[in-house]
Amino acid sequence: RCPFPQAIVWDEYLTGPFGLIAQYSLLKEHEVEKMFTLKPGRLPPADVKNIIFFVRPKLELMDIITDNVLREDRGRSPQRDFHILFVPRRSLLCEQWLKEQGVLGSFIHREQYSLDLIPFDGDLLSMESESAFKECYLESDQTSLYHAAKGLMTLQALYGTIPQIFGKGDCARHVANMMIRMKREFPGSQNSIFPVFDTLLLLDRNVDLLTPLATQLTYEGLIDEIYGIQNTYVKLPPEKFAPKKQGEGGKDLPTEPKKLQLNSAEELYAEIRDKNFNAVGSVLSKKAKIISAAFEERHHAKTVGEIKQFVSQLPHMQAARSSLANHTSIAELIKDITTSEDFFDNLTVEQEFMSGIDTDKVNNYIEDCIAQKHPLIKILRLVCLQSVCNSGLKQKVLDHYKREILQTYGYEHILTLNNLEKAGLLKPQTGGRNNYPTIRKTLRLWMDDVNEQNPNDISYVYSGYAPLSVRLAQLLARPGWRSIEEVLKMLPGPHFEERQQLPTGLQKKRQHGENRVTLVFFLGGVTYAEIAALRFLSQMEDGGTEYVIATTKLINGTTWIKSLMEKLEPAPF
Amino acid sequence: MSRVRADEEEYWHSSKFRAFTFDDEDDELSQLKESKRAVNSLWDIVDDDDDDLERVSWSGEPVGSISWSIKETASGSTSSLDGRDSSVQKGSSSYAALPKQASSYSLSSLFKGRNKLPSFQSLSDALSDSGVKNYAPELRRPRAEYKDYSSDWSPKDTVRRMQRGKVCSLERFRSLQDKLVLLDEAVAGHDGNVITAVLIFLKRTLRREILFRELEVRQVALCHLIHFLRETGEQKFLLDLLRFLDRTEEVALSQYREHLNIQDVEKRREFLKGCIGLPFSAEDTSHIQDHYTLLERQIIIEANDRHLEMAGQSELFRKYPRKASILNMPLVTTLFYSCFYHYTEAEGMFSSPANLKKTFKIPDKQYVLTALAARAKLRAWGDVDALLTTKNWLGYTKKKAPIGFHRVVEILQRNSAPVQVLQEYVRLVEDVETRLNLATKYKCHDVVIETYRDLKDRIQLTAYKCKVERGSADEEKINSILNN
Repeated sequence: RCPFPQAIVWDEYLTGPFGLIAQYSLLKEHEVEKMFTLKPGRLPPADVKNIIFFVRPKLELMDIITDNVLREDRGRSPQRDFHILFVPRRSLLCEQWLKEQGVLGSFIHREQYSLDLIPFDGDLLSMESESAFKECYLESDQTSLYHAAKGLMTLQALYGTIPQIFGKGDCARHVANMMIRMKREFPGSQNSIFPVFDTLLLLDRNVDLLTPLATQLTYEGLIDEIYGIQNTYVKLPPEKFAPKKQGEGGKDLPTEPKKLQLNSAEELYAEIRDKNFNAVGSVLSKKAKIISAAFEERHHAKTVGEIKQFVSQLPHMQAARSSLANHTSIAELIKDITTSEDFFDNLTVEQEFMSGIDTDKVNNYIEDCIAQKHPLIKILRLVCLQSVCNSGLKQKVLDHYKREILQTYGYEHILTLNNLEKAGLLKPQTGGRNNYPTIRKTLRLWMDDVNEQNPNDISYVYSGYAPLSVRLAQLLARPGWRSIEEVLKMLPGPHFEERQQLPTGLQKKRQHGENRVTLVFFLGGVTYAEIAALRFLSQMEDGGTEYVIATTKLINGTTWIKSLMEKLEPAPF
Repeated sequence: MSRVRADEEEYWHSSKFRAFTFDDEDDELSQLKESKRAVNSLWDIVDDDDDDLERVSWSGEPVGSISWSIKETASGSTSSLDGRDSSVQKGSSSYAALPKQASSYSLSSLFKGRNKLPSFQSLSDALSDSGVKNYAPELRRPRAEYKDYSSDWSPKDTVRRMQRGKVCSLERFRSLQDKLVLLDEAVAGHDGNVITAVLIFLKRTLRREILFRELEVRQVALCHLIHFLRETGEQKFLLDLLRFLDRTEEVALSQYREHLNIQDVEKRREFLKGCIGLPFSAEDTSHIQDHYTLLERQIIIEANDRHLEMAGQSELFRKYPRKASILNMPLVTTLFYSCFYHYTEAEGMFSSPANLKKTFKIPDKQYVLTALAARAKLRAWGDVDALLTTKNWLGYTKKKAPIGFHRVVEILQRNSAPVQVLQEYVRLVEDVETRLNLATKYKCHDVVIETYRDLKDRIQLTAYKCKVERGSADEEKINSILNN
């Protein structure tokens, strides 16, 4: 947009999502000369006319920008112009803040870059709005829902009006209302595109608070639990990735973490990502045999033609080999952890809670973990899990945990405990009634005979526990929610169905055996294990439904709880 | 600074052309609306509900910048912190320089709704006292000027435009009723950005009690305001609001949260002391009380120990210099510290473990665990022994561990206790299997041998022979048992 050479100052958080949609080379074509990371202090020198800040609308970032602008040397020539680009939205609050700091006028342009839904994979979209859950359930700020609705409108503009909308939960209801309203208000939005999606299912995260708290046991889920996947990238400890060639300078191990991109474009990863970790090893060893057999071929290649064919396959084989090497290393790293005593103990307790054992008394393992000062988030995950699996803890049990946590980790965490209570994750049991067993039995959330190698049910993703959210999606497709009315009433928020009229020409005439396509939108976040479970349902031969997944944020128990914790350190400046 | 400000003015003026569209406004309609607005503003004067501020912060004509500059002056005079030059002159000069466009941008006034100083009240006082109305007569704008400004959007349209990121004048919503309709529209749109913008406007133009009263029946808007106040750190306003709503527990927590921003420990302690009386839930009250007491203790201990360490008299501190100050550490950490450096002190001393245990009602289990870890770290095995020994009323001694002896063994082992010490506690592990496991793992041969002997397990005992050193006392012992 700016005709002169420009530099971009990035809010570091945004580089991830942006990296998924634009390469540096593309930006370069648009006269982007330099890129910096946003940090306090003086901006680095760069011989450019325009400086553009790409930022999320957050007050703490505004403070950094203010610092940057105020330290800018006014005497320099040529003078640099400042612009600010808010992602995903301009915020009047932030602009007011800048104004108070006296720098708002320094910005020539203030624009927004609406980035509602970012594609993460062929079947996965995320808004990457990390605080959506907190805003919706703690602060009753529904802005992220507004963006979700807007994103869905855009999606419909591209892929056709979705004829059926189902939903469960307050936020789901809001989003559906907003969509209907937006459609009414922009009559032009009626499009003539043949609908791709048959059904939209909106699900509130707080309908299923349990699932993210449990440790995910799929390959991808475990990578995320242990190393954290950010915008499809993961950083891994470098030791296992040491170059094999000892000769060249091989003095010491690399110290930089190894960064890998993980998505379905990689054939091997597509195959194993959604498997239970216990089934990954056999796939890897099978692959290894195939690849080494393929390399052996070269000894049999006799004629020039055969050799030529072999050579032409080499790049593909090389890629397959390095992919295999990477995933073998990752699997080794994960195995070190999953075979540890503590991982086992932790999992045992989780599974006890989820299958309804001893959820109403103080748990020894949790107490031990507190005594040994295990990370607070781990403790909170377990205690919340217990609370959710017991429809709230007995007051005495809750008080006991609270006291132990505060005495060991510091009294200031009382604020975090309060947040968890507000979000419904950690609460006293009211009315003395525990609904979880009924929900568990009706929805078959706990399966004793789980098959990890060749699964026949979604419960394989947690080695026994079938994620509630995905069960709801599954039961909606067949036989329909009417069969579980009673349980739906026990879960928070309303459930509903809406229909959007399609012009007659666009109504789908289904071929026999053709799958329906359902878009499942998780409001408040989704885990990789839930995604795996939905992909599993898509692939079931007699399933009849394919799923595409959208969410406000990809989460796991740790990142989720973290987003609810009170920031205890004051801002660094 | 003034440069920046000039730039800023310039921006507003130039931005107008981008922000508003000219062609979609019907002339007659706008006239109608104009008259309606006049009626509204009449009503405005009658209605005492409206704040004085409202009458000055109108915008739309060049003179508007005077009312603007008045506010700037007011804030400048109440505080020199702001660092802004007195802006009357600046305001008027910029007005002179830019006579035409001066003020059609009205969101600008929206932005400056918030005065950072606690003297919010005095600002509005100053404004109303000075008879601002005289400075700001409502002049009729030139028609052409008027046209693009007065895009007289309905509340609904206004909200919709704002949702699309366009700037919109809110100033024309003058009556309380209009403002509330605007707010309700914003809430119905669910866009937090717009809701917040409207709230900033309302907060600036309505009297607190009215704002609070109206928000009480508008929960969504209320949540947004609370969030906004929290974000911008307007603690006092927030507390007033929560108090008005009778959300006493939230008031308490919100106030308590403030202590995190206080770096100075003495001040923090004073602040926490003030928090004790706040209306927390019964359970939380005792935690807050403990928090205060703990910091109070830590301050005493810290002063004392820093002195001791500096003087270099204490061997303990010389041998194990402190890694960090004890201030603001959790209770259990403090107990560990006390067991490490002040173990032998009498209960009367604030820094003694016994005193901490009593003051904070630390459960036995927690206490033993912590003390054990601290003494084991110092390799004070005698203390460990004493800690786990109880005397009954007949004077017999007995070993007892509220945490279970397997945990004792773990802790000792982590602190690399010698086998002689270790095996004494391994022997006391009740569960046979655990005992065997631990004994084998840590090479407490005696215990292994004795356990197999008691189990009369010849096979295992024979097998174990290869694990002990050849010709050692252990081997002899096995042999003699096997021979019996």
